Amino acid sequence: MEVIDILVVDDEPGIRSGVTRILRNFTVSYPFLEDDIGFNVIEAATGEEAIDIIKHSSPAVVLLDNKLPGIQGVEVLQFINENHPDILVMMITSYASLELAVRATNIGAYDFVPKPFTPQELKSSIENITKHYFLRRMTRKLHREGKQVRFQFLTVLSHELKAPLNAIEGYLKMMQEKQAGNDIDSYMDFIDRSLARIQSMRSLIMDLLDLTHIESGKRQRTLREIDLTLVARSAIETMTPLAIQRDVTLTLQTTDPVIMLADSDDMEILLNNLISNAVKYNKPGGWVNCSITKSGLEVKLIVSDSGIGIEPEDIPKLFQEFTRIKNPQSKNVTGSGLGLSIVKRVADLYGAKIDVQSEPGVGSTFTIVFPLPGSDTLNDGI
Amino acid sequence: MASSRKTILIVDDDTDYLFQLKFHVEKMGFDVVTAESQREAENILKNIKPDLAILDLMMENEDSGFILSYKLKRMYPDVPVIIATAVSAETGMSFGISSEQERQWIKADLYMEKGIRPDQLHREILKLLKV
Repeated sequence: MEVIDILVVDDEPGIRSGVTRILRNFTVSYPFLEDDIGFNVIEAATGEEAIDIIKHSSPAVVLLDNKLPGIQGVEVLQFINENHPDILVMMITSYASLELAVRATNIGAYDFVPKPFTPQELKSSIENITKHYFLRRMTRKLHREGKQVRFQFLTVLSHELKAPLNAIEGYLKMMQEKQAGNDIDSYMDFIDRSLARIQSMRSLIMDLLDLTHIESGKRQRTLREIDLTLVARSAIETMTPLAIQRDVTLTLQTTDPVIMLADSDDMEILLNNLISNAVKYNKPGGWVNCSITKSGLEVKLIVSDSGIGIEPEDIPKLFQEFTRIKNPQSKNVTGSGLGLSIVKRVADLYGAKIDVQSEPGVGSTFTIVFPLPGSDTLNDGI
Repeated sequence: MASSRKTILIVDDDTDYLFQLKFHVEKMGFDVVTAESQREAENILKNIKPDLAILDLMMENEDSGFILSYKLKRMYPDVPVIIATAVSAETGMSFGISSEQERQWIKADLYMEKGIRPDQLHREILKLLKV
């Protein structure tokens, strides 16, 4: 159960203790919250005392009498508005001064409750104001999440960059303290694991450079007529050592040059990512085939493999940043989790559509269809 | 005395962190069971009741550790849970463990920064196991 603080400011001890008594065992629940809400009542007899309490602990709600011995309730309200606008204020007021209550709501009080009030009246007012409090909190949270996608990317990124450093540091400390004894051979596993983390960190940095290239590309991109089959050939050459190591056969299926208007760096990034994924998430004796064809007003690039495949429920997650589909087959594959989000960004820049067909254990096929100029769908941004 | 050895479940998707933590905790004299994901841990918990669990916060999802802790506490309310996180200290991102409400919901017994020294961790484990 969550407990929220309610400050009751009234010079009449009877009102204060009454509120405390009524709310002591009172809880409310809302369909949008899992937990029930309880209340902790804090009491203040004067406005000065109230301000002092508010300065030190921010209650969620203040129940405020206007007629106080020193400064008036309205002044406390002004103090809250200026310094703690998050606090919801409910004026406690006699029927005689309803006009004042209306004025108070105009200058920032959330609501008012006329006194004398019955326990039920107080409870329903509190229920209402608490609901407002939580709805506002949730709205703000959603608002923040929507606005901070970029922030989220950077924070996840810093986590991804620090994780390998922490791992390597851990191994070095274990070695420094000779935790596995005096024989250097006992540490070979630590060293191998450290080297693997350094390797994966390097590939993350390379992917980040690619992302930077794509993001800054609106200014720097040089569009030229390039032969996509040449770019593919070079990407395949780059991946050949890895393919040999993994016992995967790489083939390029194309007949003629396929000329399109593009930035060759973009296309290299895209092909490298697709082909390296197809090789990495494959099995010994497997194959990867890349085919490029031009027909009418589109260029179709297909990379298919005999790899481990993707579960249908994981396909929607594929293109998100830092998503790595984790399962026993992919466990030993290193990657930054950025590759396919990079592919998606490049494709988006060219107005291209990506289609994924996959069967777990059998293989995957990524198809990218680029519209050619003249078909009117080329992204204006490039 | 073998039967009196305590079993500690460690769950982390970073295989190196898992390896290192297992190494340290075994040196402290505990039996260690490991899992690399929330899902794997849930399967293990069906068969084993550990004496204590150390859970990573971010695994399949940002909050896998919380969810696992919640489920573990529902199955075995008396098993102490340590949630290990590198996230809050490194990035300033709180991941919702800052508010009292979420602490109450999550009910982990201890939040531990991932850089904690093995001897500190050992003390915390002994404290939670009340030995």
